[in-house]
Amino acid sequence: MKRLFCVVLGIFLLTGCAKKPEEQNTITFWHWMTDRQKAFEELAKKYEEQTGIKVKVDLYAPSDAYTQRIIASAQAKVLPDIYGILDKKEIFASFIDSGFVADLTAEFAKDNSEWEKAIFPKAIDVNRFTEGNIYKVKPGIYGVPIDVTNIQMLYNKKLLEKAGIKKAPKTFDEFLAAIEALKRVGITGMVSGWGELWMLDCFASNYAFNIMGEDKIMATYRGEVPYTDPDWIKVFNVFKTLREKGAFIDGIVTKLNKYSEQDFALERAAFSFNGSWCVNVYKDMNPNLQYGAMLPPAIESTFPLKIWGGAGSSFVVNNNSSRKDKAIAFLKWVTAKEQQAYLAQETKNLPSNRQALSSIPEILSDFAGVMDQTTHPTIWSHNENPLVAERYIKGIQSIIIGEKTPEQVAKEVQEIKEKELKKLRKE
Amino acid sequence: MSTNPATARRNLLFKDNFESFAFILPAVIIFSVFYIYPFFETFALSMQKWNGISLHRTFIWFNNFIDLKDDKIWWNALGHAGYVTFIALTLQNALAFALALACDREIRMKRFYRVVFFLPPVLSEVVVGLIWQWILYAGKQDGQHIGLLNHFLDKTGFSHLIHSWLSDPDTALTCIAVVHSWKGFGWGFIILLAGLQTIDRQLYEAAKVDGAGSWRVLRNVTIPMMIPVIFDVIVLTILGSMQVFVLIISLLGNGLGDHTDVPVTRIFSAMTGTNQFGYACAQGVTFGLILIFVSFTFKKLSTKLKQA
Amino acid sequence: MGINRYQVYKFFKLTFIQIFLMSVAVTCLFPLFWMVRSAFMTNDTIFTDKSFIPKIIQLGNFAQAWTDGNFGVYFLNSIIYTASVVTGIVIVSSLAAYAFSRLNFPGKNFFFYMFVAAMMIPLPGSFVPLFVLMNKLGLVNTRIGYILCMINVGLSLSIFLLKTFFDKMPADLEDAARIDGCGKLGIWWYVALPLAQPAIAVIVIFNSLNVWNEYILASLLLNDNSKMPLQKGLMVFQGAHSVDYPILMAGLTIAALPIILIYLVMQKHIIKGLSSGAIVG
Repeated sequence: MKRLFCVVLGIFLLTGCAKKPEEQNTITFWHWMTDRQKAFEELAKKYEEQTGIKVKVDLYAPSDAYTQRIIASAQAKVLPDIYGILDKKEIFASFIDSGFVADLTAEFAKDNSEWEKAIFPKAIDVNRFTEGNIYKVKPGIYGVPIDVTNIQMLYNKKLLEKAGIKKAPKTFDEFLAAIEALKRVGITGMVSGWGELWMLDCFASNYAFNIMGEDKIMATYRGEVPYTDPDWIKVFNVFKTLREKGAFIDGIVTKLNKYSEQDFALERAAFSFNGSWCVNVYKDMNPNLQYGAMLPPAIESTFPLKIWGGAGSSFVVNNNSSRKDKAIAFLKWVTAKEQQAYLAQETKNLPSNRQALSSIPEILSDFAGVMDQTTHPTIWSHNENPLVAERYIKGIQSIIIGEKTPEQVAKEVQEIKEKELKKLRKE
Repeated sequence: MSTNPATARRNLLFKDNFESFAFILPAVIIFSVFYIYPFFETFALSMQKWNGISLHRTFIWFNNFIDLKDDKIWWNALGHAGYVTFIALTLQNALAFALALACDREIRMKRFYRVVFFLPPVLSEVVVGLIWQWILYAGKQDGQHIGLLNHFLDKTGFSHLIHSWLSDPDTALTCIAVVHSWKGFGWGFIILLAGLQTIDRQLYEAAKVDGAGSWRVLRNVTIPMMIPVIFDVIVLTILGSMQVFVLIISLLGNGLGDHTDVPVTRIFSAMTGTNQFGYACAQGVTFGLILIFVSFTFKKLSTKLKQA
Repeated sequence: MGINRYQVYKFFKLTFIQIFLMSVAVTCLFPLFWMVRSAFMTNDTIFTDKSFIPKIIQLGNFAQAWTDGNFGVYFLNSIIYTASVVTGIVIVSSLAAYAFSRLNFPGKNFFFYMFVAAMMIPLPGSFVPLFVLMNKLGLVNTRIGYILCMINVGLSLSIFLLKTFFDKMPADLEDAARIDGCGKLGIWWYVALPLAQPAIAVIVIFNSLNVWNEYILASLLLNDNSKMPLQKGLMVFQGAHSVDYPILMAGLTIAALPIILIYLVMQKHIIKGLSSGAIVG
């Protein structure tokens, strides 16, 4: 037994320590999307046939494991040729700062900006650092979006009809009336995966844009407008109103998005706040589901309600790689029309290449149609301090479960905000 | 070469010590490389301000620990883990001990039970999460409760108890603790069973001859003999329950406000959520020291019990 | 008369114990039953068919799961990892635990408490220095690197548990062996290990489960699919079939089987250990 063990160990040691010379014709590509591994591998095969360059597609999932791997590899300076950054803009900036990410601005500008023009501007913006950005990163484009998404309100046509509602509600009051009508026939109003806090953040942000506009939100993040401002109270009150009207499905605050998707697919709720990826999910769970997509109903008319959207997943090129040019060439190829159409077909995501739009399913074009009304934290000039953001979002949870009032939450968030501002000034 | 008997004895002792030390040498080597070294590096990180990526790290002495001292959410989270641990220590371990005792006797179908009781620890987290989601689900469809528990309460006439189990601050943590105990009692069961098996049967016979009832045998023979093993199970339960978090994520996602935060979820949210890598390390080190303190207190207690 | 009453009492007591055991057993069996049952269903019926035994039974899910998840390679890897890590841990930890329990050498307590303390401290950031170190040693993306790390993971706890059992063991047999001229290593191998069978069985089960389900460290240290353990396959599989419950359940069932098998084999040793304990007394 012992001898066998030694032999086994010895074999591993031998095979493990033999170092291979660095391959110039193989580029490595790391991602975290389990549902796209197959499609990526297919593309890699095709690419090798066409160019002779091998692409090694490595999947690290779930995203926590991926993030750990990226952080560790960055510190050991063994990042792959192509990888994605799943973090806030601030961390993206940190990657660039540390020289881990190649500046792609010149590549995008080549041939009369051919590459840049092909792609949804919003998706490019997510990877762009503008002039005078607060992270002090050299302005330019640092990443390549391979698909786009946005997050909207979905409605079940059959259930709305049952409640006698002919048209999807446009305003917030109409929405509340619809909820009331649905309740009368025993149908739950709305579901969403708010156990995943960013989805809740997203919904709140939609209404913040609608109520006070982008400038005032940015001013709040800079510390010039307090969270106790009436407009912010109004944002918090959206949740209070919806709660009081009984709009939410039971347990919405701790619902994981996969269960929210199950609820909507099995017609347990009439509305669902969810992203464009849901099309694929609903199709598998309930092929007969009759639904449409709409913007969350606006509450005010001064400012437009903006939804979150932009790049679904973006990839960057390792600046220290000796195969940098090959990596860029591959990304260019992946975002070309033909490959984008293939990805859209296989993974049911919106392509980032606008020319590939013609080949997508109908319901997806509902999502694609509102790309102009999207925004995303990564394109804002400022972002909230993460500690304040955490308090803010958990405060909204407390409002939904009826534990705190909007005023209480506003006060608590503002307290943290001031503490963090003080810290900032000291530095 | 001197043949001085004192030197010879010393040489012998040295050889003996060295031989004994060789027994722990493989463990110490592996441990030093893969644990001690990363430990000191992590400890060094806990005194730095670092976002996890940047090449600049600022050394800030014990400031992370000072911040942690005033972090109310952190101490609350510790309290939550303590609550889960308390339930696990009582409910889970009492159950495990009772089941191990029952399976140690001559009882029908004990082979079957021995296998079945260890199924929950074997099951994947995915299955456990799905099953308990289904049991604890809140909400109705076509007038019927979807969740098994609510459905059951409805049918048995306890409809006033129907609840959003996982999104009510009053019940969420208790649900976590109960599911955790259910998933974990199998461990206590097999360790205790293994311990019971090493008790000499003749001791039982002797006690019975002396006319002791089964309760007295339990008190005077079984439990005293089992104290070291029980202590092990207690320490393992504390470790397992204080560090609970996969279950929380699979049942509640990012959690219910601050009500279901535990130290490990706080550490993760500091590490990748708010990018305070150094602070996360400080939390880990502090948390470890607290666990060491608690476990060694129990250790003291068990030695005292043994003497008594 | 007294005997009669005693028998009645005993009967009720046993019935009560049986009911208690049965009800716990049902809660343990239910998820497993549900998992297996779902694995035989079709995606159309899984949400609607609530009957105990599904109306439409589909057997192909298992085969599809096996090929779709590319489980073959992953399965083999997991078996290699589990076997090597568990063997390693049993040898290394039983040597150390035996020394901590029975032998004397300077610094004994220091080292023991070092191991115990290590069990307690979760090191959230340690994956960064660990990876940097492994990279320097050339152990990233090697099986041996992963195996050594996993041995380290299970080491403290195994030493801790084994020491308790060695402490409990009567020393007479070892003394006898020593008189017969057995060296320390011989006593460990011929006397201590066989006697500690129940505890070792526990260690084997514990570490097998740990290695079999481990995934985070594997994805930190390994790159190639050809070296990844089963959980990686399962993870990919879960993503690709997140809404296809029957296939997912079939995959999970396949993944759970080996561990249940290991437990079945090992639990016999837990029991056998000292029922042949005549040698001890």
